[in-house]
Amino acid sequence: MKFAWPWELRRNGVMNMNQRNISYIGRYNPRKFYKRVDDKLVTKQLALANDIAVPDLIGVVNEQHQIESIPAMVENRSGFVIKPAKGSGGKGILVITKVENGCYYKPNGHEVTHSEIYRHVSNILSGLFSLGGKPDVGIVEGLIEFDPVFDGFSYEGVPDIRLIIFKGFPVMGMLRCSTAASDGKANLHQGAVGVGLDIATGKSLHAVQFDLPVLEHPDTQFELSKIQVPNWETLLHTASSAYEMCELGYLGTDMVLDKNRGPLLLELNARPGLAIQIANGKGIIPRLKHIEAMTGPSMSITERVAYAKKHFSSTPRF
Amino acid sequence: MHSRKPFYILVALLFIAGISTSIYRGLEHNIPFLPGEQVHSWAIDAKVSFNGHSQPAEADFTLPNDPAFDILVENASSPGYGLNITDVDGQRRAVWSIRDADGPQSLYYRVTLVPTGNLTIKQSEQPVIDEPYQWPVTERSAAKQIVDEVWAISASNASFAQQLMAMINDVNQSQNMSLLLASNSPTDLFVRMLNSKSIPARIVNGLELEDQRRRQQLHQLVQVYQEGEWLLFDVNNNRQGRSDTTLLWESNGNSVLDVVGGTNSQVNFSMLQDTRPALSTSIDMMMNAQDDWDFSLYQLPLEEQSLFKGILLIPIGVLVVVFLRVIIGIKTSGTFMPVLIALAFIQTTLLTGLIGFLLIVACGLMIRSYLSSLNLLLISRISAVIIVVIFIIGFFTLISFKLGLSEGLTITFFPMIILAWTIERMSILWEEEGPKQVFISGGGSLFVATLAYLAMSSALVQHWVFNFLGIHLVILSVVLVMGQYTGYRLTELKRFQPLAGDK
Repeated sequence: MKFAWPWELRRNGVMNMNQRNISYIGRYNPRKFYKRVDDKLVTKQLALANDIAVPDLIGVVNEQHQIESIPAMVENRSGFVIKPAKGSGGKGILVITKVENGCYYKPNGHEVTHSEIYRHVSNILSGLFSLGGKPDVGIVEGLIEFDPVFDGFSYEGVPDIRLIIFKGFPVMGMLRCSTAASDGKANLHQGAVGVGLDIATGKSLHAVQFDLPVLEHPDTQFELSKIQVPNWETLLHTASSAYEMCELGYLGTDMVLDKNRGPLLLELNARPGLAIQIANGKGIIPRLKHIEAMTGPSMSITERVAYAKKHFSSTPRF
Repeated sequence: MHSRKPFYILVALLFIAGISTSIYRGLEHNIPFLPGEQVHSWAIDAKVSFNGHSQPAEADFTLPNDPAFDILVENASSPGYGLNITDVDGQRRAVWSIRDADGPQSLYYRVTLVPTGNLTIKQSEQPVIDEPYQWPVTERSAAKQIVDEVWAISASNASFAQQLMAMINDVNQSQNMSLLLASNSPTDLFVRMLNSKSIPARIVNGLELEDQRRRQQLHQLVQVYQEGEWLLFDVNNNRQGRSDTTLLWESNGNSVLDVVGGTNSQVNFSMLQDTRPALSTSIDMMMNAQDDWDFSLYQLPLEEQSLFKGILLIPIGVLVVVFLRVIIGIKTSGTFMPVLIALAFIQTTLLTGLIGFLLIVACGLMIRSYLSSLNLLLISRISAVIIVVIFIIGFFTLISFKLGLSEGLTITFFPMIILAWTIERMSILWEEEGPKQVFISGGGSLFVATLAYLAMSSALVQHWVFNFLGIHLVILSVVLVMGQYTGYRLTELKRFQPLAGDK
């Protein structure tokens, strides 16, 4: 058990939970805009209206009796995703990567029966996965055909890119790769590998699993220092434009790279976690203070991305 | 960002108000600051006796009036007599009356007194001085000589009285003093000499309190006025000042007992010292006072009182939870679930409570895992869990009754809805994150509940939250201040440890 002294962390600008809640979320995220990010259906509709690329929307299940229509919805598709509109922390997301003879298969090859799908969607509707147990709706989305550049960096799942957008500026980013330990999920506390990304280039800086530095992916043994996220400029641009869309000052954007469509906005988060600092091996506070101290006329999205690339670059720490 | 000043002023006001009302309550109403404190009390019986002569009789008896003692209980017993208690100019008197008194008569007055520690007797306005005593011709010059002599070697009322008392009790008395003492009692002489120099002085009747004494008499003491205060002199014993066992029964210079229609009247006293809890003594005193503006929960009916004894512990539990979550960073299942579990622990005691909780949750989880395969709607599943929890509680209560384990019967104190939600949450956690997370969050909850229980079951805490309501304002201000804490949690110091090194 090793503990850090509080002043060491403060000197390195490490943000803590209380500070995030009071000084950033409480100050920059107006409560009335939360619906735009907490309800994935609203996010999706807003994104479509703002020309931000998102995964295909196949259908929405509002009522119990509509569950029966799911097989018809997903006909002729090789895979699909069912998720709760108001789910939190990646809960309740069911990914089907293979449809064969009317049978559905999860990424790990296990079959999912119709009655299991029925129960899952029923749970979504009754609010099992939503914050505070409120009744919810189920969203059926097209499967993302993820870019093969990340082949080998993720195990049983799509790696996603989390960017912290502060007042429209991308300030910190990481790639989250699922592992066998995380059961295909991209949540760091469940054992996914977090790779800090350089804001200037999209190259990897540092990687951790269970908060400890790692050099290679635990399941595939790929060297994590060699990661370079393609389409980095477009990705930063898309993520930064989410600020205008939802008007939340302190925002987490989750993006994925689709083979054909490029960066897609998966979801937004009004309470992004603190693990991104560990993945980057760096505190986020100096960058946030930098932006808070900025004066002058408001910048366009392109200007903001250029500014962030210039000021928030770092050197790898492998 | 708006100014935080009003917020800190509010918090400071709450804090100061809470502390000061608590201190006021402790000092003004004599509520002890520690539980289990004892005070001494005196039970005093006054027996008034006289001989009646087959005619109407009336006995007028002074009742004690001394700021150094508070009256806890008093009663007068006197078969066949009418009793009337009067209050004239702050001096209470009991008047017994009977139409036909014959032979020896006995009247009893019993009082229980609690010392207040307030031994000084204040009087801000200058008392009226009696007419100076007219000395008989034979004594006049002797008295004048002594008074002048003492006057020359004194500076104030007090020093005059001290010197005079010393001279009266001097073993080698002067001839003048011997002459005066031959026809005056020392106490009378003392007062007369003081009065002749226009110093206010009066004779009062005191009672020395001593445990298990019977047939005691009042004895005369002298009060001398000096700068807003009456000083006490015991001339017979050559002693100045008063001890906390001297009770001034009568201090207005009136007679202690007047009997009309009887002869050979006398009063004697017996007394007994007793110890009783300080708290209940103070409560009895407050009940006697019947103050409309006294916001004490003791005015409520007993049932509501015991209800509030539980409710007022919740702020303590909440404080513990806020501290452990904001400052330490322990994860719990359900924000205030640990407080409610801790409340149940108070009824069940800690060990029984922990075992009972684990049994119920473990059984509930097993049954819940079956329910989860039934494909139920959330609402009906929770309802089913609630009913199952009731079955489990009933089952364990019956089992422990059959086995003769009386501790097991207290299991019914667990809040069933809370248990059902706990089971539901843990079951989902188990399905999604695995058993490890269930043990972390369940263990965290039990740890917090145990700490909350230890805080809430402390006798000192229970005494404070119920008797000093101001303490809740203090808790409120502390909770508000913790809501402003932007520092690191203890668990974060470990979590972010890799980020602590130099770069």
